[in-house]
Amino acid sequence: MKRILALVMVFAMMSMAAVAMADTVKIGVFEPASGDNGAGGKQEVIGIEYANSLVPTVEVGGKTYDVELVIVDNQSATDKAVSAAQELVDAGVSIVLGSYGSGVSMAGGEVFADAEVPAIACSATNPGVTSLCDYYWRVCFLDPFQGTVMANFAMDEFGAKTAYVLSQLGDDYTTGLATYFAKAFESMGGTVINEQFTEGTSDYTAYLNNAVNGGADVIFSPTSTTVASLLINQAASMNIAMPILAGDTWESSVILDAAKGTNLTICMSTFFDENDGNAVAAEFVQGFKAWLNANPDKKTNNGGNDIVAAVSALGYDAYMVAIEAIKAADSIDSVAIAEALPSVVTNGVTGSISFDEIGDANKDMAYIKKANTETVAFDFVKTQSVAELAE
Amino acid sequence: MIDKMLPYLLSGISVGGQYALIAVGYTMVYGILRLINFAHGDIFTAAGFFMVYIAAALPVPLAIPLVVILTVLLGVTVERVAYKPLRSAPRMSVMISAIGVSYLLQNLMWYVTGGLAKQYPVIPWISDSVTIGSATTKMVTLITPVLTILLVLALVTIIQKTKIGMAMRAVSKDFETAQLMGIKINSVISTTFVIGSLLAAVGSVLYFSNYTSVTPTVGAMPGLKAFVAAVFGGIGSIPGAVIGAFIIGICENIIKALGYTTFSDAFTFALLIVILLFKPTGLFGEKTSEKV
Amino acid sequence: MKKSTKNLINIGLLILMFVVLYFLEQHFGRRSMLITVLKKGAIYALIAVSMNLLNGFTGLFSLGQAGFMLVGAYTYAVLTIPMAKRMAVYQYYEGGIINFTVPAIVGILAAGLLAALLAALIGLPVLRLKSDYLAIATLGFAEIIRAIIQWDTLGPITNGSNLLKTYPTFKSVIPVFAAATICIAVIVFLINSTYGRAFKAIRDDEIAAEAMGINLFHHKQMAFVISSFFAGIGGALLAMYQGSLQANAFKSSMTYEILLIVVIGGMGSISGSVMASFLFIACSEWWLRFLDTEMYLFGGTFKVPLMRSGFRMVVFSVVIMIVVLFFRKGIMGERELWDLFTPRRKNKEGVKQ
Repeated sequence: MKRILALVMVFAMMSMAAVAMADTVKIGVFEPASGDNGAGGKQEVIGIEYANSLVPTVEVGGKTYDVELVIVDNQSATDKAVSAAQELVDAGVSIVLGSYGSGVSMAGGEVFADAEVPAIACSATNPGVTSLCDYYWRVCFLDPFQGTVMANFAMDEFGAKTAYVLSQLGDDYTTGLATYFAKAFESMGGTVINEQFTEGTSDYTAYLNNAVNGGADVIFSPTSTTVASLLINQAASMNIAMPILAGDTWESSVILDAAKGTNLTICMSTFFDENDGNAVAAEFVQGFKAWLNANPDKKTNNGGNDIVAAVSALGYDAYMVAIEAIKAADSIDSVAIAEALPSVVTNGVTGSISFDEIGDANKDMAYIKKANTETVAFDFVKTQSVAELAE
Repeated sequence: MIDKMLPYLLSGISVGGQYALIAVGYTMVYGILRLINFAHGDIFTAAGFFMVYIAAALPVPLAIPLVVILTVLLGVTVERVAYKPLRSAPRMSVMISAIGVSYLLQNLMWYVTGGLAKQYPVIPWISDSVTIGSATTKMVTLITPVLTILLVLALVTIIQKTKIGMAMRAVSKDFETAQLMGIKINSVISTTFVIGSLLAAVGSVLYFSNYTSVTPTVGAMPGLKAFVAAVFGGIGSIPGAVIGAFIIGICENIIKALGYTTFSDAFTFALLIVILLFKPTGLFGEKTSEKV
Repeated sequence: MKKSTKNLINIGLLILMFVVLYFLEQHFGRRSMLITVLKKGAIYALIAVSMNLLNGFTGLFSLGQAGFMLVGAYTYAVLTIPMAKRMAVYQYYEGGIINFTVPAIVGILAAGLLAALLAALIGLPVLRLKSDYLAIATLGFAEIIRAIIQWDTLGPITNGSNLLKTYPTFKSVIPVFAAATICIAVIVFLINSTYGRAFKAIRDDEIAAEAMGINLFHHKQMAFVISSFFAGIGGALLAMYQGSLQANAFKSSMTYEILLIVVIGGMGSISGSVMASFLFIACSEWWLRFLDTEMYLFGGTFKVPLMRSGFRMVVFSVVIMIVVLFFRKGIMGERELWDLFTPRRKNKEGVKQ
């Protein structure tokens, strides 16, 4: 009896709700800090934090509100993402930014839609993120485009006839991008060998052997960076000669570290290039590098160097879009912000951002980069736009 | 044909050797305590993290023995803290405790590492590439089966020839009678955990030199597979566990070679169920009669 | 107390519970953490009770719960996704091959039935095995089920390994509690029936039970099928709660968590499992969350040591280990909450040897 009474008391005490502070607007940051995508998620968060350091307040109804970032960790897992999303909703955020990784965004989307809180995906590229959720917008391009870009690149650059496509079971980003790549590659007359591995696989030698034995000319493996480092390491020890292509996740210092000193050819498509001519981008790159070098713990989150990742730029852009939306709504009410968001147009680091009726940014440019295994940096290869692909 | 299969066979034998080193720990503990030590896979993972952190401070030749010692300490501590107090409890309670320890170790490793994958240090020579016929692979792939067999032969000799080995055999035959005969049960059990953890530590060095990234849950799958190998070979039998592990490692890679990659893990469990249903004592297990 | 008065009291308490729930939801709002925890807690309570029926009451140590939940969750989601959304959900499989939608309640029942059917099939061979062999075989089956559901070839039905969403979900806490209460009540009735007594006899001594004329296999099979039926329903409810579904989440670690809930509550106590579920969910989702954030005291000068992401789960698992080692009977042991309010002498369940 006593034990039960004690339990009831504990329950009652813990249930007391916290009172929200006045004059702040909360922006939720829904990103992985652990799990397979933890490294990339952290880079996206520092982009958002940098933007927040530049624009820490917003004017609403003639009053200045402090912007408070509420950062949660969705652990790169769809089931954990639901809890993390609920934590944000419970904290009373007005708008959400993130996530890195499409699966977690799709899972969190249900919670945000139910709570009528708008969310802006920074680098989630799967079409399902926005098409299946009325409260999700995004500032990057989509996988059908990215897959087509890489399929074209494989054919044009390497004259590939057969592609070995490797994706991870139960990861919407990798299976989605792999499928769209395969579709595009086959429609251009190529042959595709499709294989999948399960989460937690450590041994990729059998897959690489399958690629060699299947007579593939390129490998396309849009995996998480955790898998990538294993794959690259094993490919290097097997002396794999064919180029390895991947999507935006591979533009990460994890890849550079793994590829250092090897003979591999590794290329990926991404959203942004440091040396892009546009003035907003130049200013961002300069400011961001200075900020990273001034904040050692942020630099650690960036992988210990000051190379500007595309996802950081997208995080920055998403934050700026959110601020514009709050201004346009002239309210900190999430529903009002969701109504104002579709018509927001900004000039971002990764190009001009406006939304179509599904909620996707009208973006038509991908940057292809190559991992330089000697200088341990990414070399810019070319840009590819939708218009060029149509020709 | 042989040319094409060679790389798969090589990595199958190598991964089989690594499973074997883990499986011996399972099978010995089961033989003596009748306990499926669910935490064994996590001890294997912990050995991986020990190496990551120690090698950051010390040179590799010093780090390896230190890793082995720490892993043995961890294994024995787990036994002392989580299994010993439950010696007289029902078997189910001990198994639940093992599951609890596994949960704790995984969460602890997640906490310490921040949930991010850690890069395993490069151990000179065994991480180098070698080419044999049509296959290019790491040196460790070739070393693993040799080392595994040597270690297991040494272990079998210990169990057959030494006093403690005799005590172990007695305890696994009949726990209570052995106790009555004056065998110090606790030291026998501790020795079992020392040997099991030691082999798991060696296995982890070989495994992670091959697959160079360590995450908190990385040991779960190899752990389960090693356990299946132990059951397959007849739980309680050391040579059985080793042969079972090699068979599983090779089959797994052949299945991948045939293109059924989705099922390479499920295959292991299907094998387990088939064995349990048709020959529950495994390939080399002793027949035991159910005690009333 | 007469049986009819007891029933009246029970019904009265249930009505009171729903009234309280209604007001809590009105007061705190349906998206508050309290209501979220109550929803998830109720679902876990059902799943934990269904596992307890097997592990605690019948003595069958099965670790296949996640597999049956997975089957239930997928059955529900696949059958209830609206036609209009199928094209977008099954984006790689041209909308999939299922071209009908059933109402949510039919989906939930189908979830339970399919899980039960599968259990009947698996039970035939597996239930001959004893203790840890049974545990590891059921664990293996759960993994095989997961691999099959993720198989690309079944993609037009299951969407392969990809996320399922847009199926109907519940908004309020009331329907979740209603579903969980009905299911748990059915299990309680079952346990108090002749079958329940047979289950307990099997748990306490299989050979004696057989000698008393209890058909071992028949009763084990029955417990296994019924437990899986409710696990399937629990899986469907969990899918509804999450709003999105992926086979990847239903790993063996999920089964372990449910097993630990059962242990914390007490093997062989329905009310223990229910209380432990709410406690477990509340701690992991809510009360211990503060351990995951860095905290500064005394105006930001003193950083509380150890507190950072992941610490919550460490504290949590240490607490679980303490329960497992030192409070082996859990919160309730084999007793029930209602036993505490009735005098010991009249309490037939309480006087276990």
